[in-house]
Order: sequence, then structure tokens, then C-alpha cells
Amino acid sequence: MVDLPRRSLLAGIAALGASACAKINESETAKSLFKAAEDGHRAVHRALAGKQGLAPEYTRAQRSPTFRGNGSVTVADPFYQEQLGKGFPDWQLEVRGLVERPLQLSLADIRALPQRPQITRHDCVEGWSAIGEWQGPQLATLLDAAKVRPEANFIVFRCADVLYGRDYYESIDMVDAYHPQTIIAHALNGEPLPEKNGAPLRMRIERQLGYKQAKYLKAIEAVASFDDIGQGKGGFWEDVAGYQWYAGI
Amino acid sequence: MKQHALSTRLWHWVNAIAIIVLFMTGLNISNAHRYLYWGDYGFDPKDAWLNVIRFPGWATIPQHYNLALARDWHTVAAWPFGAGLLFIWIAMLTNGHFRRDLATTPRDWSLRAVMASLKAHGGGEAAPGYNPVQRILYGMVFGVLLPLMVFTGLAISPGFQAAAPWLLELLGGRQSARSLHFVAAWGIFGFFVIHLALALANWRLILAMVTGGKCHAAEPAPAPPPSPSDESPSHG
Repeated sequence: MVDLPRRSLLAGIAALGASACAKINESETAKSLFKAAEDGHRAVHRALAGKQGLAPEYTRAQRSPTFRGNGSVTVADPFYQEQLGKGFPDWQLEVRGLVERPLQLSLADIRALPQRPQITRHDCVEGWSAIGEWQGPQLATLLDAAKVRPEANFIVFRCADVLYGRDYYESIDMVDAYHPQTIIAHALNGEPLPEKNGAPLRMRIERQLGYKQAKYLKAIEAVASFDDIGQGKGGFWEDVAGYQWYAGI
Repeated sequence: MKQHALSTRLWHWVNAIAIIVLFMTGLNISNAHRYLYWGDYGFDPKDAWLNVIRFPGWATIPQHYNLALARDWHTVAAWPFGAGLLFIWIAMLTNGHFRRDLATTPRDWSLRAVMASLKAHGGGEAAPGYNPVQRILYGMVFGVLLPLMVFTGLAISPGFQAAAPWLLELLGGRQSARSLHFVAAWGIFGFFVIHLALALANWRLILAMVTGGKCHAAEPAPAPPPSPSDESPSHG
């Protein structure tokens, strides 16, 4: 086995000829470079904005006329479809994992909690943006009620949709979990969430891109590490396509 | 004193690589949603002010569509590009490069001065100092296009907007910032083409950007506003 720096250097030179990019992209050096750049951007964002710094909020007049649905826009599961037809009377949101008091919440329970309405912009990783009014309880309210244990480092969102044969999931760290604009939305523009936008419940994590905004929410799980979940990269698109775990860039 | 300071040369080549990576990964990212909008939102192609072409594989990094890898390299190259711009501005302001070669006087902007420098171009390379057209073009690149790339790039990052919501407002909303990011990138590409063509026409200029070029005895006194008759010949 050729030593790594030399191989990376050779690959780097070859890449100038524009044909050996695959080698350089798969090298450990490139991966650690990507990770360092991603972590650096996150550190600067957090340092400049503060942990609680708010994403811009808009007025009702500034909303987009419609709100695009993307990724999964329907859920095949028969129980989901049955519930969708009836207005989700038996849908349960679980709060579990590293918590003192696991919770099971109905949609009525979620609506009865203190609510945060917010008109925010959704930015897809592809480049487009839509603006809508979301409403729901802050994630912090649920985490406090469930008493998250100190060893929890991440919150994982489990979803009902299946893409390319895999269950959708996402994860965030405790800074974003306790951010005031991190809410579990049950309404969009004053109406219950439509199916394409994640009915009955979806996450809003307003300082990150669209793929973090987990839809069709079934469970919220506090974990110490997400290494053993999916392929260990912290989310569906991170596993499938290699998207950055920190979706704030 | 060398024709090009070490700080200028270092920045020039690091920045050249960063810009090539940023531009070619940027074209890959553009392929993900080939529509540009003005304002805060935009997702429907019928609201787009520009339908962008699909950039072919040979023009992009990687050479096939891969949004994740393109974003990874874009995120990496943004560091030397942004930090480098700050570095070169500080260096130019402290070593006199800005005052000597880039700062313009109102007379530099006159049609006569511009015509005279265009006519004189292609002359010798002994005299230091840039002609009015060079001052204006380099000034636009350093003062407008490169900073615009950094600020529009920061503004379209959802994690950065919480740090500077005023930036997004100043730029007219996120989709406007994204459009400006695209337009300024092509402005830099235009500069790149002219810059490269002129440098290739006289390869010694490229060598000078590596070695530093000929030594000058001393820094010339601040030049009086140039008049068409005593125009300094250009050296690129």
C-alpha cells in the first residue's frame, strides 16, 4: 500500500488533468478536509450568531403563494393513509431514547402545548426557497417534559416515509435542539399540514437546509451518538448521497 | 523592490486555484436548480428571471452531477478564497500596492484617459504603475466582484443569516443574493478570460508572478495624475 500523503499528492496532480477526481474525492485526506471545512463553517456561524441567534422571520404578505413539497411527497404505509383520511386521530409521537420519562403524544396533546408561530424561509440544498407560516410547540418543551439525560448529545427524528427502500431520519445537536425556532410544526399557513409538506407533524430547524426538516414525524429520540443509526452519518441524505451533516451552509 | 511583492504572488496563485475550484463546483451546484429569481423566495421556474443552461460535465467539478461533492469542495475552497481576500486587502493597504497601483483619481475615469491607456497597451514593461483602465478593472475586481462573491455566498447560507440578517436585506433577499452570486461569478470569469489572454500574450508576465520579476531601485514617488501624453506604458 502506497503511503497516504503521497497517493493524495499524486491524485491531486492528476486531478488537474481533470480525470482522477474520483480518487481524490474518496481519499481520507479529502474526507478530513471536507469535515474540517464543514466544522469550521459551523463554528463561525455559531460564534457570530450565538447559539440562540434567530433566522429572519417574515410577514404574512411576504409568504410565497404556495409551499413546494419535495423529497417524499406521499407516504405508502397503509396505516398512514388511513390516518391521513381521518385527520390522524390515532397518530402518536414518541419521545424516547436517553430520557427519564418517555412520552407518547397525540396530535391533540401537541396542539395543547404552548405554541410558537413563525413565518420563515425554507431553503432547499438545490437552491430554491419558499416562505410559510408554521405553528407548533418548541422541541425544547418536549425535551424538558421528557427530561433528557445529560449523556444525550443528539436528537434523532424518525419518520414514516420510505425513500429508496430506507426509512427517512435526521439528527441535530443539542444547540439546535434547544434553539427557540426549532419547533414541531402541525400547521402550515393556518391549516393542518398537507401530505406533501409532512402531515401530520414535521420539524422546523430554521438555521439549516431543507433536508434537515424531517417530515411525517413518528418519534424523537435522544442519543449519545448516531454512529449505529442507518449508515452512521446522521441522516437519510447524509447516508445516501453524502450531504453534509451540518446543513447550515 | 520586486515588481510583485511576495504577498501578492502567494495570494495570486492560491486564489487562482480557489477560484477555479469555486467556479467549476459552482456550475455543478447550479445544475441542481437551474432557475434564478429575485426577492426572498423562488421555486417555480415560471417565476425565474433566468433559465440557466445545464453546464456540461467537462465544465464542472466533479465531472458528473454530484451536489454533495460539489458542495464539499465549494465549502473547502471558500476558506482560502474568503480569508485570502481579507489577507490581500490588508497587504495591499499596508505595502502601498493599493495606493500606488489601484487607487484612481477622477481624471482616470475620463474618456480621454481610458482611450489613451487602451492605445498605449502593449507597450513596454519597464515603468511601474498601472494605467487608468487597469486601475479601474483591478479596482472593480478587488473592490466589487470578489467581495460580492464572499458576501452573497455568506448570505445564502442559512446558518449565517442569523449572524447578519441585515446582509440578506441589503442584498434584496436570499434569491436575489443567489442571483447576484451567479452574476458576479460570471463577471469574475470574464475578467479571468481577459487576464489570461493578456498574460499568455506575454509569458514573462506569468514568470514575474512566480519569481517576483525585475527589481526596482526604489518605490517611485506617487505618480501625478496621468495625462494622455505621458502615459506610462503598461506591464500587464
